[in-house]
Amino acid sequence: MSATIVQNKEYKNKQKTKDNFISAIIGFFAFVWIFPILWTIWTSLRPYNDIISYGVFSWPRHLNLDNYFQAFRVMGLTKYFLNTLYVMVPSVILILFLGSLIAFVVSRYSFRFNLTLLLFFTAGNMLPTIATYIPVFWLYIKIGDLFGNRSLLYNNYFGIILIHVAFQVGFATFVLSSYMKTVPKEISESAILDGCSVFRHYWNVMLPLLRPPLAALGVLMSCWIYNDFFWALILMSEDSKRPVTSALRQLQGQYVTDFNLLAAGASIVAAPTIILFLVLRKQFVSGLTLGATKG
Amino acid sequence: MKTAAVNRNVRSRRSLSRNDRFTLSAFVGIPTLLQIVFLWFPTLVTVVLSFTYWNGINVSDIKWAGLANYKNIFFGSPVFYDALKNNVVWLLWFTFIATPLGILLAYQFDRKIKGHQIYETIFYMPVVLSLAIIGIIWNFMLQPGGFVQGVMGRDIGNAVSIWGNYSINSYVIMAVASWRHIGYIMLLYLAGLKAFDSSLREASAIDGATEWQTFRKIIFPTMRPVNVIILVITIIDSLRAFDLVYIIYGTSTAWPLLNILAFQNFAGQGISMKGAAYSVIALVLCVVPILVYLRNVFKEDLE
Repeated sequence: MSATIVQNKEYKNKQKTKDNFISAIIGFFAFVWIFPILWTIWTSLRPYNDIISYGVFSWPRHLNLDNYFQAFRVMGLTKYFLNTLYVMVPSVILILFLGSLIAFVVSRYSFRFNLTLLLFFTAGNMLPTIATYIPVFWLYIKIGDLFGNRSLLYNNYFGIILIHVAFQVGFATFVLSSYMKTVPKEISESAILDGCSVFRHYWNVMLPLLRPPLAALGVLMSCWIYNDFFWALILMSEDSKRPVTSALRQLQGQYVTDFNLLAAGASIVAAPTIILFLVLRKQFVSGLTLGATKG
Repeated sequence: MKTAAVNRNVRSRRSLSRNDRFTLSAFVGIPTLLQIVFLWFPTLVTVVLSFTYWNGINVSDIKWAGLANYKNIFFGSPVFYDALKNNVVWLLWFTFIATPLGILLAYQFDRKIKGHQIYETIFYMPVVLSLAIIGIIWNFMLQPGGFVQGVMGRDIGNAVSIWGNYSINSYVIMAVASWRHIGYIMLLYLAGLKAFDSSLREASAIDGATEWQTFRKIIFPTMRPVNVIILVITIIDSLRAFDLVYIIYGTSTAWPLLNILAFQNFAGQGISMKGAAYSVIALVLCVVPILVYLRNVFKEDLE
């Protein structure tokens, strides 16, 4: 008996040394991982001329936030940030709203097409973007012409919002419906027995219960839509209307010679998602994992 | 349990008023309509267009092409095979290197090794960045005057081109893509491991199994459902790959992928609908993994 305990202790000590070793190796890789981000921030704090005259690894003569002020002034980032908000806020609200509607119906009412509907929405989320973009482009112009206003959808925030909603609502539906399965049916039962209308059943009974997954999804969707640069490049013809990530893509070409300024711009644009992630990490993780592994 | 639930549903449905029926139809109808019009219909149009010649302007100009676009791709476009090769390289790299690394990290973090919380945050950080930003960040690392060139002892004046060097750019692209992918997989797997019964692990430790044996013989097999989903996600992501390479090379075919060719042939002035045909090929390759994914995720419902 005591022999096994001693053996066990020995084993544990051995494992501890091993674990420290593993931790050190992973720590090294973690440093490698974060290095490009740190390097970008470092670059953004130095004037371009320093690097030109003294080299990449030179000891910094000047360290300041000039590039950051410059980025806001020259690149007009404030305007682009506002554009992002115009697209992001309505998109996220609509995605959550529409996704919760489908999830609600599918999980609370039995319909012949329940599963088909769910499969249809989930599969829609996995279609490659490229396979849709020419017809979408063409459809936007045609719908605009139909209403006598070519920029009803094309080159309009409304169009970008619509395409984000169409693409992401499937993911929201999937996540919310798997969450709703865990909500006891009895709650809905009694709501129906009490004579609740379908709308009140949804709005007053289910929606409050969905707060945790809605929060998680909201964080995740905000991040995805904030990060998307593709649709705004395709569907916005005016530069000044583009959201900040697409604008950055354009500015990259314009300021390619002053990469310290560009580094400051990239750091500014990256900051919201990184801060969001650090502060709301739990929401982030649960939004993603609810969807992917149905945990 | 299941039949009871179904009965309840049926009962509740029978008691629906006309108003409620209307609400329900609206609840289902509006999102469905949106999906059909802006997602499924365009996809279908792309499939049809892949069999036509069209300049993309007037509908009346569409001409039937039969299989000509596909013939052209398979027999007249060597770049297609380069793209296919790159997609396969991407797929193999992700499946056999990046994804296992993510799983390995998740396993170590789940054991709560020293510093695991900070490590988790760091490894996940690239995942929250936009690819537009990732492109810029890696440019700082690799461009003339950047860090890597500095390490190689090259100043701005005598820098080498890394993106343009065909013997190494595949590795560089894979490295940058993995920078993002590994953190993503790590997080998914970690969530799966949280649901794992830790008493199994303790039992095997008491039996004298090493950590590696425990992982290989006990944890990995038990995690099968998660493994399948992660594998399928990896495959779909590899076949859909586009953004990162587009950020680096634009529409040039310096490092072609199926979706890059699709985009390039659409965005170009071409009158053929070769771009549509390229995206249909990429789409068809995605169909099987998507079906596998759906089947796994909705296993209980399908039975």
